[in-house]
Amino acid sequence: MVGALNAALRDALREDDRVLVFGEDVGRSGGVFRVTDGLQAEFGDRRVFDTPISEAGIAGAAVGLAFGGWRSVVEMQFDAFSYPALEQIVDHVAKMRERTRGRIDMPITIRMPAFGGIKGKEHHGESPETFYVHTAGLKVVAPSNPGDAYRLLRLAIADPDPVIVLEPKARYWARQDADLTTGGFGIGEGALVRDGDAATVFTYGAMVARCLDAASVLADEGLETRVVDLRSLSPLDTPLIARCVRETGRAVVVHEAPKTLGLGAEVTARIVEEAFEFLEAPVRRVTGYDVPYPPAALEHRYLPSVERIADAVREVVAY
Amino acid sequence: MASEPDHWRGTEPLRVLAPDGTAVGDIDVGLAPDELRAMLRWMLLARRLDRECIALQRQGELTVYPGFEGQEAAQIGSATALGPEDFVFPTFRELAAALVRGVDPVQYLAYHRGTWHGGPYDPRATRFGPICIPVATQIVHAVGYAMGLALDGTRACSLAYFGDGSTSEGDFHEAANLAGVFSAPAILFCQNNGWAISVPTERQTAGEIFRRAEGYGFPGIRVDGNDVLAVYRTTREAAARAYAGDGPTLIEALTYRIGAHSTADDPGRYRVEDEVAAARAFDPIVRFRSWLESVGHIDGGVLADWEGEIESEVLAIRDGVIAQPAPPVEWMFDHTYADPPAAIAEQRAEVLGG
Repeated sequence: MVGALNAALRDALREDDRVLVFGEDVGRSGGVFRVTDGLQAEFGDRRVFDTPISEAGIAGAAVGLAFGGWRSVVEMQFDAFSYPALEQIVDHVAKMRERTRGRIDMPITIRMPAFGGIKGKEHHGESPETFYVHTAGLKVVAPSNPGDAYRLLRLAIADPDPVIVLEPKARYWARQDADLTTGGFGIGEGALVRDGDAATVFTYGAMVARCLDAASVLADEGLETRVVDLRSLSPLDTPLIARCVRETGRAVVVHEAPKTLGLGAEVTARIVEEAFEFLEAPVRRVTGYDVPYPPAALEHRYLPSVERIADAVREVVAY
Repeated sequence: MASEPDHWRGTEPLRVLAPDGTAVGDIDVGLAPDELRAMLRWMLLARRLDRECIALQRQGELTVYPGFEGQEAAQIGSATALGPEDFVFPTFRELAAALVRGVDPVQYLAYHRGTWHGGPYDPRATRFGPICIPVATQIVHAVGYAMGLALDGTRACSLAYFGDGSTSEGDFHEAANLAGVFSAPAILFCQNNGWAISVPTERQTAGEIFRRAEGYGFPGIRVDGNDVLAVYRTTREAAARAYAGDGPTLIEALTYRIGAHSTADDPGRYRVEDEVAAARAFDPIVRFRSWLESVGHIDGGVLADWEGEIESEVLAIRDGVIAQPAPPVEWMFDHTYADPPAAIAEQRAEVLGG
């Protein structure tokens, strides 16, 4: 996935000379996960540059650059490191278009390695999506595989509006022969990644792979489980969610973020609004807990496991 | 003579005109008599309009309004010094600067009328950013904009206005640091008016604000913000530095907020009337007018003519503001995204009864 993201940045820098890539350690070092590796060497330190450690500064500078017609792709080095920039993102990145009656575009892409699963330190395993999904004016995407990562990042950079790209760091080293062209789906479209009729599991990010593992286990028991990669968290693909619930009658939502007001709450609400009469069981959520993300030694107890996911599917099927 | 406001003590600010209107130092700031007169007229118009806005708020025609009486020289001196390509990132208290920069005051006041957030004026056409309520955040925008100017090789600068309270915010320091590191052609213009709502400057910062610049690697200058000629010259020089590729400048303009922080604030709870009365002795308009009269650039006749003109201008602005209709409800939905997602399109249709 790192290679796909790197290719997306390279292609965007090549195609549009108003694209800038900046953030902490993205230049000479190529980013702590090497997503920006080699870009400064190819495009120079005017278009790909290191900033001081300054998250509000990075996000705020992108706002000012957008006034001048620049298209910034910035990196927040880790999920929780985006919190010092929240004011800039919520108050300005997200609202400047509306505030200026559409006269000023904010074509800003904010990339951040997100979610847990790599035995990181505190502040290195957060699921910040609810903050951004709840903020009108932003779009939020979370790829789960290299091909989607390339496509979503290209779409984000090309978008006239700000897009938060949550890159699942546990999937950075995932390999896949991927189609690195710009054809295909748009932001706002989910993907049905495994078909089945027993129930639908809705998920995103690193949990897509785990839900597919759970679906394999369940298939051995004769339960064919459908898995939907939401891929775009804002806007959500409500038609796909509704269709899958109409067709399977049962739904489980899986994410790493704490349960309360996590994305599962929104997906469940949409299911109830759009497909209540098709439900044959209550919707179940398999999530992180309403606690801070735990230390490395405990993260396997926090993150939804194959067993927890499979149990939830068994439960809604047996209801 | 009255004593200076407390927060003016310390390092002597640059001055061209003494508070009594006599020249000190080099009086020639490079402006012709016509331009000098125009500056005084802007100051008179701005003060009259500011007072009108406070009255309009009292009459229920404006929502909460932040006055700027006493800060006319700081705003008009600096705004006049900028070139047409330069871009201003204001706070919520820069009506005087907006007038000078050519922003339509009726559109500007739409913000305070409550018909739009940023004011419907076009920030690109006027080179005047939308009104900014979170303090210090716009300084970073100005630095980012300036970084873009440098990348483009455009011979222009940006100027961010902010108050003394902003200098205790993280964004001020992040902006100053970025400006220094990237040698951005930005002017960081602090109107130190003594108070951040109820908290005096000495509770915002233990040091002198202009000295902060040194730590970020660029010049900081303290200027008498009630001396329009000194403000003009200082800003002109900062802009020339920026144009020449020599990087940012921090300007601390010492001024005084004569009125309340806003029409929702009661300064009687935290400051004494004697302080305000003493500060009036440093009035920027009286000072400049007195000098212009002393050198024969204006006379009573001109001032009397202006009074009538300004009165009609302000009344026309007032009528324009009052005549502004509430915006159509679809405005809520129209510009959240360039291409609205389905959920917003549905909510828009619901509100419009479609």
